[in-house]
Amino acid sequence: MSKMLMIYPDRCTGCQNCTLACSVFHDGEFRPHTSRIQVTTWESEGFSMPTTCQQCEDAPCVAVCPTGAMHDDLTMNRVAWDEVKCIGCRMCTLACPFGAVVFETGRRRIIKCDLCDGKPECVTFCPAKALDYVEETDSARDRKKAVAVEFKKTFEEVK
Amino acid sequence: MYGWIGRYLRIDLGSGTVRKEVLTPDLARKYLGGRGLGTHFMMTEVDPKVDPLSPQNKLIFAAGPLCGTNAPSASHYDVISKGPLNGTIAASSSGGLFGPMLKYAGYDMIILEGKSAKPVYLWICDDVVEIRDAAEIWGKTVPETTEAIRSATDEEASVACIGPAGERLVLFANVMNECGRAAGRSGVGAVMGSKNLKAISVRGTGAVRVPDPKAFREAVVKASAKIKANSVGGKGLKNYGTDVLVNILNELGGLPTRNFLDGYFPTADKVGGESLAKQLLIRPRGCYACIISCGRATKVTNPKFAGQGEGPEYETAWAFGPDCGIDDLDAVTKANYICNDYGMDTITMGSSVACAMNLFENGVITTKDTDGIALNFGDAEAMVELVRKTAEGEGFGKKLALGSYRMAESYGHPEYSMTCKKQEMPAYDPRAIQGIGLNFATGNRGGCHVRGYTISPEVLGQPVKLDPRVTEGKPALDITFQDLTAALDSSGMCLFTTFGLGAEDLAELLSAATGLNITTEEFMKIGARIWNLERLFNLKAGLSALDDKLPERLTKEPILTGPSKGLVNRIDEMLPEYYKLRGWDSAGIPTKNTLADLGL
Repeated sequence: MSKMLMIYPDRCTGCQNCTLACSVFHDGEFRPHTSRIQVTTWESEGFSMPTTCQQCEDAPCVAVCPTGAMHDDLTMNRVAWDEVKCIGCRMCTLACPFGAVVFETGRRRIIKCDLCDGKPECVTFCPAKALDYVEETDSARDRKKAVAVEFKKTFEEVK
Repeated sequence: MYGWIGRYLRIDLGSGTVRKEVLTPDLARKYLGGRGLGTHFMMTEVDPKVDPLSPQNKLIFAAGPLCGTNAPSASHYDVISKGPLNGTIAASSSGGLFGPMLKYAGYDMIILEGKSAKPVYLWICDDVVEIRDAAEIWGKTVPETTEAIRSATDEEASVACIGPAGERLVLFANVMNECGRAAGRSGVGAVMGSKNLKAISVRGTGAVRVPDPKAFREAVVKASAKIKANSVGGKGLKNYGTDVLVNILNELGGLPTRNFLDGYFPTADKVGGESLAKQLLIRPRGCYACIISCGRATKVTNPKFAGQGEGPEYETAWAFGPDCGIDDLDAVTKANYICNDYGMDTITMGSSVACAMNLFENGVITTKDTDGIALNFGDAEAMVELVRKTAEGEGFGKKLALGSYRMAESYGHPEYSMTCKKQEMPAYDPRAIQGIGLNFATGNRGGCHVRGYTISPEVLGQPVKLDPRVTEGKPALDITFQDLTAALDSSGMCLFTTFGLGAEDLAELLSAATGLNITTEEFMKIGARIWNLERLFNLKAGLSALDDKLPERLTKEPILTGPSKGLVNRIDEMLPEYYKLRGWDSAGIPTKNTLADLGL
């Protein structure tokens, strides 16, 4: 079985604990600017949406990589990056439809979610359960259940 | 330095000069940051007798050492100045993104001096600091300003700004950031307006560092677990927001009602957190790094009071609700939205409306004074209309813009104003809760609950339950809470983390963030140092022991109905002991020994 990072924007409080946990885990400092997960907030509507690498099955960043630095890592169910093979061409940044891959010249590296090697810190530190790391075939179960609960309420009212 | 950045900005708005100065490790350790550090600079650089709205007053934005880390709910910065509402040292705290962003940009603090000749805003992006023309933004509301400035600078920026109320020098105008977060009290927004400074937009791409990220992670996990396990910090505040307190205080008979004529409001539940969750709540919101999520994203669909935004908090729901004899949650929330959009403190606004209603019902003022509006307790539409008039600077609203004390005084009856040191008290009746009365009376910025929240033990049983009706032991309790809060505010933490964390935990987090060995004892001493420094500022500003008092209504007129019927506050039993324990003489002046011991 394979796990995936599930996002529930309706639960997100916009607190950014995910970006803080991500940056300190990877870089040893609190620098959310280079967090692998980012949160977009609409303050007046009270809505926030975390976005990060979707670890695509048929990833555009892998397809366009001329050296094979960006590659599928089947053991972790993720797209991984090989520092040695990378020539810093940034084609992956251009190709990613989610804006989840960026290059940082200062440190000569790709910044992209690596699922913290199987124990994502963003999930650990999310206080609202807006992020979850779950078996991919189970990933929609919470939503199914929420629909069922709503249906049950309505059904009991009308019967 | 770890925790701190070690650098701050000094900006002279008159000449347009920007300087980057070094924050020395000694000063950082002595005052931490935020409120403490800002007060130090006010004390050393500003004459306490200065006119708060003159160019000689300074306005300081300061974050704390924990700000920008993922210590639980450590997002707070303070706006420090001499406050125009009452002339005391003002430090207003706010959460959101602004404090952390300032640090990521590379600064612990901004000191603003002088006055700009024309409306301007600041744009800070890492090393770039620009003073920009704000002619086109002047006059805009908080959400409009935030949007316009983000468009002009950076969509990711944090914007702290004033609304039209701050421009118009409403004496309780606030500074708003992220649209819904407020450095709310004491009128720091009017100081910003007096300097012709509309906003500060900041974006930082740098880092806040700690000496040992793994050890810091452990300290954070441990502290977070304590907050999550706490019934208030972990559950109550998230589910119902701070407004959860309405029913709790009302059941005690400590919910000030109709301008403190009573302490019990039979239909209070209608404006309580449970009703809010059921009727208006979209979802809970959290400040930056917050694990509590007490913020309320709400929406009112009732066409009469329609709107969308953040709030109401408990104090707001009370000020526009029971304090005005009102139980209409839609109206209360609408009044909150207006205050947020125009940048006004909801406590002083609501309490000033309540005071006006009290004056009106007793015949001191009439419809001739109030632009033809009958001001009876319970009239929700009149309340919202007065808030709008104040926000827009119209008619009777100009009187209300002075706060309840000056407004009532202008009609010859200041005793109707429910204030301590001319700042409106919040939503806890000192007649039912003795300790909080002493805290209001001795508060360094006047009536205020977030300077020493003795409600925790006296009402909520946190960390232990104390009898709210006794005065014995309350002076010592007040001092502990006041000192703890002063140090906490200066560290960058949110006050609500004290639902779960004590001084020991906070000192541990600070030590892990800074690499210094800050003991519990040192942490509390820093708090006492800040408290005494604020006191010295106020004494030099001309205040005295005569100002450490409650309105006569609270010591002479008992609560009329409810569980606390017949009670009054007995501050005389507490104040002398408070002075003694503080190490102050009988005139409320810190003794030489006290000051020497604190390094002042």
